[in-house]
Amino acid sequence: MIPTPDLTHLNRGDYLHVYEPAEDTFILLDALEQDAEELRALAPLISLEIGFIGQILGSSGTLCITTDINPHACRCTQRTGIKNKIPIDPILASLSTPFYRRLQHAVDILTFNPPYVPTVFDEMEAAQVTAGITGSWAGGTDGMDITNVFLKQVEHLLSPTGRLYLVAVKENDVPGICERMRQEYGLQSTVVLHRRAGREHLFVVRFCR
Amino acid sequence: MVRLITHNLLACHAKGCTSNNFPLQFKDIQIELREAEFNPDFLRGFIPRIEWGALTDAARQLGDTSLPSEPPDMLDDDFLQKLHHVLLEIHVEEGAMVCPNCGHVYPISNGIPNMLLAEHEIG
Repeated sequence: MIPTPDLTHLNRGDYLHVYEPAEDTFILLDALEQDAEELRALAPLISLEIGFIGQILGSSGTLCITTDINPHACRCTQRTGIKNKIPIDPILASLSTPFYRRLQHAVDILTFNPPYVPTVFDEMEAAQVTAGITGSWAGGTDGMDITNVFLKQVEHLLSPTGRLYLVAVKENDVPGICERMRQEYGLQSTVVLHRRAGREHLFVVRFCR
Repeated sequence: MVRLITHNLLACHAKGCTSNNFPLQFKDIQIELREAEFNPDFLRGFIPRIEWGALTDAARQLGDTSLPSEPPDMLDDDFLQKLHHVLLEIHVEEGAMVCPNCGHVYPISNGIPNMLLAEHEIG
């Protein structure tokens, strides 16, 4: 059993700037928990988490790197690491870009809870520039503008036994994503969890070679 | 935290900067030492992922010359303890990392490196 991270160090003021963990956060944590035994058996050396989820994968046996474009989110991740006594290296960066050269076929666990909410393009673009809380959900066309950029990096990053856990909603066209990843990159996919949360129909999809 | 284990994985990604963009050079840095849990299995597993020359060069910039110029064949505890310290216990809190090719400066503030690029710098 993986304990849910202690987030009591975060307060209202933080959640003005950083997305407060909600159903989409918890479904990702639940999916990881469900696979915990397999993940431990993989003996992951490197995990890369994109976006703030309040990290649970840490141990002295895994290097945990997180990236976020929101500086407040990076500081919250840093504090979460200290509070839970887990070494985490938060990096202010967009997706995997500064690691792309050095982490070729090297990431054992990749997680991404993207901005998946369909919005007009301009709102998504403004959210990326402002790098504030809107950037945690504004996803542009079909909610896929950011995820589509990320999906092009996945095959390059995953180690031979590596896996990606991706959060998505129905509007993102989950079967379409899976088919594209299979055809273009030969990656297999499984929907490991899905549930309804209010108006959202949430999915966690696992990709591997 | 910018530890040398992370520094060893970061490269410049500015537009058009695709060669000689690694390792980033430290500039005007302040460091802190913090103890970390020693895990020899992790270190043994991680050695193949390390660009060794970049690591020893970066360690030297931080004033640590304890590592040999090549990783030894015998990974004994004495060596692994030194590697553990260099990779995981030296934290760069303030300063910057500079690309050896294009000179782009990535600032480090409160232990968090800013690897974001302006829109016109994105490749």
